[in-house]
Amino acid sequence: MKMFKLSSKDMMLMLVLSAAVLTMPIWLVPFGAGYPDLMQKFAIFGLFAVGFNILFGLTGYLSFGHAAFLGVGSYTAIWSFKLLSMNVLPAVMLGTIVAGLFAVLIGYVSLRRTGIYFSILTLAFAQMCYNLAYSVLTPITNGETGLRVLRDDPRVLDNMFGVVQEGSPVGSLFGVNMQGYPGFYFCAVMLLIGFFISLLIFRSPFGMKLIAIKSNQNRMRYTGFNTRPYLLIAFVISGMYAGLSGTLMAVTDPLAGAERMQWTASGEVVLMTILGGMGTLTGPLFGAVLIKYFENIFSAFNESSLLEIFSFLPEPLQHFVVTIVHPFVGEGWHLTLGALFMIIVIFLPGGLVEGFGRLSKKFKSKPTQKSE
Amino acid sequence: MDAILLQILNGLDKGGAYALIALGLTLVFGTLGVVNFAHGALFMLGAFCAVTFQKILTISVKVKDESVTFFDAYKEVPYLEIWWGDTGLAIIDWAVPLSIFMAIPVMLLIGLLMERGLIQYFYKRTHAEQILVTFGLAIVLQEIVKSFFGANPIPTPAPDIVAGSAAVGSWLGLSDNIVYPYWRLIYLAFSLLVIFAVFAFLQFTTFGMVVRAGMSDRETVGLLGINIERRFTIVFGIATVVAGLAGVMYTPILPPDYHIGMDFLVLSFVVVVVGGMGSLPGAVSAGFLLGILQSFASMNEVKSIFPGIDQIIIYLVAVVVLLVRPRGLMGRKGVMED
Repeated sequence: MKMFKLSSKDMMLMLVLSAAVLTMPIWLVPFGAGYPDLMQKFAIFGLFAVGFNILFGLTGYLSFGHAAFLGVGSYTAIWSFKLLSMNVLPAVMLGTIVAGLFAVLIGYVSLRRTGIYFSILTLAFAQMCYNLAYSVLTPITNGETGLRVLRDDPRVLDNMFGVVQEGSPVGSLFGVNMQGYPGFYFCAVMLLIGFFISLLIFRSPFGMKLIAIKSNQNRMRYTGFNTRPYLLIAFVISGMYAGLSGTLMAVTDPLAGAERMQWTASGEVVLMTILGGMGTLTGPLFGAVLIKYFENIFSAFNESSLLEIFSFLPEPLQHFVVTIVHPFVGEGWHLTLGALFMIIVIFLPGGLVEGFGRLSKKFKSKPTQKSE
Repeated sequence: MDAILLQILNGLDKGGAYALIALGLTLVFGTLGVVNFAHGALFMLGAFCAVTFQKILTISVKVKDESVTFFDAYKEVPYLEIWWGDTGLAIIDWAVPLSIFMAIPVMLLIGLLMERGLIQYFYKRTHAEQILVTFGLAIVLQEIVKSFFGANPIPTPAPDIVAGSAAVGSWLGLSDNIVYPYWRLIYLAFSLLVIFAVFAFLQFTTFGMVVRAGMSDRETVGLLGINIERRFTIVFGIATVVAGLAGVMYTPILPPDYHIGMDFLVLSFVVVVVGGMGSLPGAVSAGFLLGILQSFASMNEVKSIFPGIDQIIIYLVAVVVLLVRPRGLMGRKGVMED
């Protein structure tokens, strides 16, 4: 099909990215991030942000409720583990589809409004899901304790095919347990597939229409173009990405809690997208990895480790520096995050990708000026 | 009948808090055109003004406890008690109401700094960017407070004299079963007073007149040679003070912790949207209305018919209002209506 023809540049990007993601366990080691738990997070949140970007980056609709789909995906996956099979494939499929159905419902209603009203509507729906998951829906969500997989759950499919797991149940793909490195590679492959689909959307006429809606929706309408179906499709696709990420969370760690649906979790994915660069292909992925990386590094510091780091300074200065730095790390990591976020929005609304663009332009333009 | 009256009372004090926060939000939106996601953090800062004031008043010194004679025992005695005896103790008892006098200048300063330092650069940016930068600011403020005061709620009791409950029922000649904490009544009266003061300020002073003119047509007012920007800055300061006062007075009802603001922010935004973006009476009435609706929804009789309704009622109302009447209950025609 002509619609899905990619330029050689895009193929190169895809190849480089695949290589980079799949070799993460090697090149992340010097950064102290080469262990599976963290890399799983990179892949999962990268996928979440890439999907969120399809809505926010392309159409400009700022949703503050995407965490709801993440939570729905998680819960569905756990139920699939409990009732059907510990195999991850049905869980992934069901989680994505159910999240997509939720997105159809919420999107259909929310997209009747634009701008801040859209944000408030999505926020309202997400908060409703969160509150209900904590209270009335406890039989389904297990409330505050969180939903977990038990050994004596029915698991119809597993029983039918005589699949038996030793020990406490974990998600598996035909016998390979989805923890540690296999889990990471599973998430990484999902991320690459997701990224590829997002690349196709960006380059397709459909993506162009979404960008046109972002730049001037009224003009699109005046030319006799009904924008709503396109917006709804974009909303549902990004909701399904969120559902898939939620499923992957459940796959790597069979536990689902309602706090995943809180609106601060929706805020986090907005942060990732903005930090990397909204509306750019690689930006959100980049932002997600960066935030999760720094969260991991920064929150590990405490006062004594700081004193050690700054031990090269003279004694009084050392204590002074540590007192200043201390509120920004460890428990106070969110302070750094908030401050960083403000700086990005104020000075670099296009995110880090725009920053790199500016930098490389500067370096490129200098030699030409000299040659003149 | 009794139950209904009690629920209305229950809703009113929460409604008062919603109304005060929503009033500030919509005031800022109507004048500066800025969607301020950090407004909940200002409520929280107000609450922590009360906490700080209480801490300052109770700075203590260790003295020997004379009543224990067998061994050397020490107890903490606040300086105020040593200096002024019972008067000092009374001042400590009244810490929360007295902290208003500290909160007003502090909050005004914070508001002016915030507007001059950050918000003024975001007038021309999109609403999404305003939301994002103020969201970041809210996180920062919240974390700063957390690093100073810790993550646990800090109890700040009301003065002893109003600690009990008022027999509202017998005052009104109804059943004696209707009793209601004094402080919540005070909160309700206080919020009505502040709302009235803001409205009077806007309605009956020259300054307020100029601000109202600026709200409806900023450019023309500017062309008349009036520095409307500076007035709007002051309006932002007023909105900050209102949010701060709401926070100060709420501390005896709910011991403040660092994310109290976020919890109120989301609800207040819903209140503003239901009331109508940029409409002051709309924000106030929607605040009280939603507070009362929420307390009705948490009645057991209602919950048995619609389980879980108390958790979602406010959001449900918001969804319905936005779909049926997008400009909100009292929104002006044409203000962000699409």
